[in-house]
Amino acid sequence: METMRERFVAVATELVDSDPRIALALADITLSQFAQAAARHPDRVINVGIREQLLIGVAGGLALAGLRPIVHSFPSFLVERPFEQVKLDICHQDVGAVLVSSGASYDMSAEGRTHQAPGDVALLDTLDGWTIQVPGHPDEAELLLRAAAARDDRVYLRLSDEANGAPQPIAPGHVLPVRTGRAGTVVAAGPMLQPVLDAVAGLDLTVLYAVTVRPFDADVLRRAVAAADTADVVLVEPYLAGTSNREVDEALLDLPHRVLGLGAGRAELRRYGTPAEHAAAHGLDPASLRERIAGFLRIRR
Amino acid sequence: MLSMVTSQLTSYGYGDLGALMALMTGDEKHGPAATSTLDVLWVLYDRVLNLDPRDPDAPGRDWFLLSKGHGPIAYYAVLAAKGFIDPGLLSGFASFGSPLGYHPDRTLIPGVEISSGSLGHGLGLAVGIALGLRARARPESRVFTLVGDAELDEGSNHEAIAFAGAIGLDSLHAVVIDNASATYGWSGGVGTRFEREGWSTVTVNGRDHDALEAAFTAPREGRPHAVVAVVEPKDSAARRPPISVR
Repeated sequence: METMRERFVAVATELVDSDPRIALALADITLSQFAQAAARHPDRVINVGIREQLLIGVAGGLALAGLRPIVHSFPSFLVERPFEQVKLDICHQDVGAVLVSSGASYDMSAEGRTHQAPGDVALLDTLDGWTIQVPGHPDEAELLLRAAAARDDRVYLRLSDEANGAPQPIAPGHVLPVRTGRAGTVVAAGPMLQPVLDAVAGLDLTVLYAVTVRPFDADVLRRAVAAADTADVVLVEPYLAGTSNREVDEALLDLPHRVLGLGAGRAELRRYGTPAEHAAAHGLDPASLRERIAGFLRIRR
Repeated sequence: MLSMVTSQLTSYGYGDLGALMALMTGDEKHGPAATSTLDVLWVLYDRVLNLDPRDPDAPGRDWFLLSKGHGPIAYYAVLAAKGFIDPGLLSGFASFGSPLGYHPDRTLIPGVEISSGSLGHGLGLAVGIALGLRARARPESRVFTLVGDAELDEGSNHEAIAFAGAIGLDSLHAVVIDNASATYGWSGGVGTRFEREGWSTVTVNGRDHDALEAAFTAPREGRPHAVVAVVEPKDSAARRPPISVR
């Protein structure tokens, strides 16, 4: 199946071709895939080499000069390494940019910790004004990229090699109800939808699908909780466990509720292997999810 | 294109800057030596930059970025003298209701292109602005970025210096105020860091207005341009002698 990253290359190339406001900023990662775009638009496809502080500084400068920068690298090098540039060269300058990462959480399982940044969403969440998009399918990634390119604000588009079997009819900014039940509510973010649906088969649960995780769509969550017998919520996120617990707590501030935040663990695994092995090690495979969700919601199996 | 239209808008001259700075500090007066950046800023705004305080965001303008952000009193004084900000704002410097703080905020002050204060951000932003202006076909716009010799300790500067030199980004101008404040100094002089990356580089007396103007307006050579403006050492007990000026 086509990956989100492959779709990103195709769509970003088309955007650079069609919209003179779009500039693409790279730091060697994915450079060869953009060779044709760079040859056609040398002024707007900019590769700074392996210089990620400069990558974000250039993005801020391009935005100040009136362009719409799309900035791409791995999350470790797009969010973590140049974090102060993200804070100051983008946010503090009061400009926008589209940061597009690929290689989410443990996608690069065999590369080790240096190429894994499951804390990227939590880290960006310390800053103001970011829309954080976590697509679960290449079609969704395309829709979100096109929407982000047409705006002026700050967007983080988090692409993964993990994907759901089919796209969902998402609308940017909104949580999508996928199935309804009475024994509790499970919110699955991006590529966690498929393992969650596999995990809750036959259980009387509501499943909500979130691709826009910031700002968080509290309204849909509140409606889902109101229709269930319990206000208890399980979050299943493909990044650092608990990243969105606060959002659920704020959405349900006036309701007694419990929240279980599942996701990538904080402890370093210090293992290589496959993404599937890492998912299992973090308790995010369907069997582990079923046990943890049903246990928290006290569902008899 | 190098005319400074602002000179007709206010009656302030170089000799008034000390009094304008005194409005912020409460001291009786300031000599030029009290601030390392004063003469560079004055020459840029008085003789070099194509800017109009009545339309500070005009397309085709030159851009000035105060990268180091520290000690902005001279900057605010020059902006007031040139009509970008009301001199009446100066006395409120750094108070809760004032737009003028210890580090400038571009969203609060007309004509201030970047918010700065954390060292090592201006050159990267300047590279992006210069690339953006090139993409938008604004070849007449120049981008000047003021950095300090100690600020160059930050590695982010060297990412920008090497890249800008490699691609020959000739609208980019760096002005290095060298007051010998870098803890470990720069062997061979600050200018060598730019020169070896392909920049045209000149070192001048940072108090000599004619020399500064000539350095800032040197014809572009298809590569970025660095002006090292040497002023008095920040610390009289500085460990190294002032760099000789050619």
